[in-house]
Amino acid sequence: MSLKKNIVIIDYGVGNTYSVSNAIKYLGYNKLVISDDENVIKNADVLILPGVGAFEEAANNLRSRSLDVILNEEVLNKKKPILGICVGMQLMATLSEENGIHYGLNWIEGRVKKLQLPKEFAIPHVGWNDVSINHVEPLFSRNSKDSNFYFDHSYYLDCDSNYVSAYCDYHIKVTAAVQKENIFGVQFHPEKSQTNGLKLFRDFFNSIK
Amino acid sequence: MLKKRVAASLVVKDGIVVQSIGFKKYLPVGKPTIAIEFLNKWGIDEIILVDISATKNHQEPDFLMIKNAALKCHVPLTIGGGIKTIDQIRELMHCGADKISLNQSALLNRKLISGAANVFGDQCVVISIDALKTDKGYQVFDYVNQKALDLSIVEFTKEVQDLGAGEILINSVNRDGSYLGYDLDLIDSVCEVANVPVICCGGAKNANDFIKVFNETNVSAACAANFFHFTEHSVNITKSIIKRNLDIRLETFADYNDSEYDGQLRLNKKTEEVLENMLFIRIEKEVI
Repeated sequence: MSLKKNIVIIDYGVGNTYSVSNAIKYLGYNKLVISDDENVIKNADVLILPGVGAFEEAANNLRSRSLDVILNEEVLNKKKPILGICVGMQLMATLSEENGIHYGLNWIEGRVKKLQLPKEFAIPHVGWNDVSINHVEPLFSRNSKDSNFYFDHSYYLDCDSNYVSAYCDYHIKVTAAVQKENIFGVQFHPEKSQTNGLKLFRDFFNSIK
Repeated sequence: MLKKRVAASLVVKDGIVVQSIGFKKYLPVGKPTIAIEFLNKWGIDEIILVDISATKNHQEPDFLMIKNAALKCHVPLTIGGGIKTIDQIRELMHCGADKISLNQSALLNRKLISGAANVFGDQCVVISIDALKTDKGYQVFDYVNQKALDLSIVEFTKEVQDLGAGEILINSVNRDGSYLGYDLDLIDSVCEVANVPVICCGGAKNANDFIKVFNETNVSAACAANFFHFTEHSVNITKSIIKRNLDIRLETFADYNDSEYDGQLRLNKKTEEVLENMLFIRIEKEVI
């Protein structure tokens, strides 16, 4: 993808939008905006759904700004590529069990569940963890097999293993990355995973024709 | 496997990074933007920036300073100081913060902890606790009023954890700036009751202190401030020594894997032959 494509970071009130924008701009993509405006999103070539937030708040904010309807049209009908980060990825699932049952966008059939682990495993799962990659293309082509990324979450996406492109080991196999056609998601924070994260962004944008 | 984290804390006073000694004495170091840029280049795992003047001067967080500082930070950035409302946290997330740290406002307004956790998730909320060793054991220290409260560290840790704290940052007032090493008893007592990750701070002198605290307690991350500021490549040199003992992240080009150290963990000079050869090594800039 050329550096001139329109990238839109969806602003729904709870993401670390500026961090994501800093990382992507560092790679030279300057036509990048942070927005919740329908027209701006319609004009985008590629979308990023960032996330630092509780699922309920995030899902409610999406709906109150009608972003669920707009995104369904752009992603499911127009097949625009989208990358969800952390709770942004979890929002793509059917539902989450975080503080009660809350429904997501249902693009990837699956449930977001609480990490329930023995006491020696602190929750949230915070820090740099190695990922095991199932599908190298397209997100991990620049990264080596045992790359590490920065995770920070208490809930994880449980979905069909066909969609899981990478997982990490934290007592259980935790879904680290998913992909389904034009829909991509990562549980970790590529914008905060130094060089490895920047490589992932480059791979994602390069995979877009 | 999840790796132990080596974090840097930047104590900022009136817009300048300072060296803090015993929570009383402050010496200027430099601009936050520059400090973050270099820590980032040297491969730090995480940065915690705490503005100690905001709350004292009854000011809001310095959003512009944070926005500038965050520009070249590609590792997690936690921001503390002067945070009193959910709206301020939201604004901080738009300025480049990834997590927020509450200290004084966690003491004065417990509702802010649960409020922030409900909106931003518990993983975003770090509670910073300052501990002073007293006759009654480790008590919470109120840095604004410079006195110990009648509240034990263990009780307060349990309380904030129930309210939705996602991480506990435990600072030793006694060890702050002392270079005496981490207070392992204090850290152990917190780890004992914490289900969430614990970050320790206060007293680190060199890599051995990190190795010790990682081996002897359950901390997830160890933090240092002062000693990272004063030598070139302080982070990657420290990490190269830790990595000989523990699985941590070390991915900088200069990894110091073949370096040797003296008893004080200062780098030994390489032999003339090695230095001679280094003149002919071509270093390609990594293009992402």
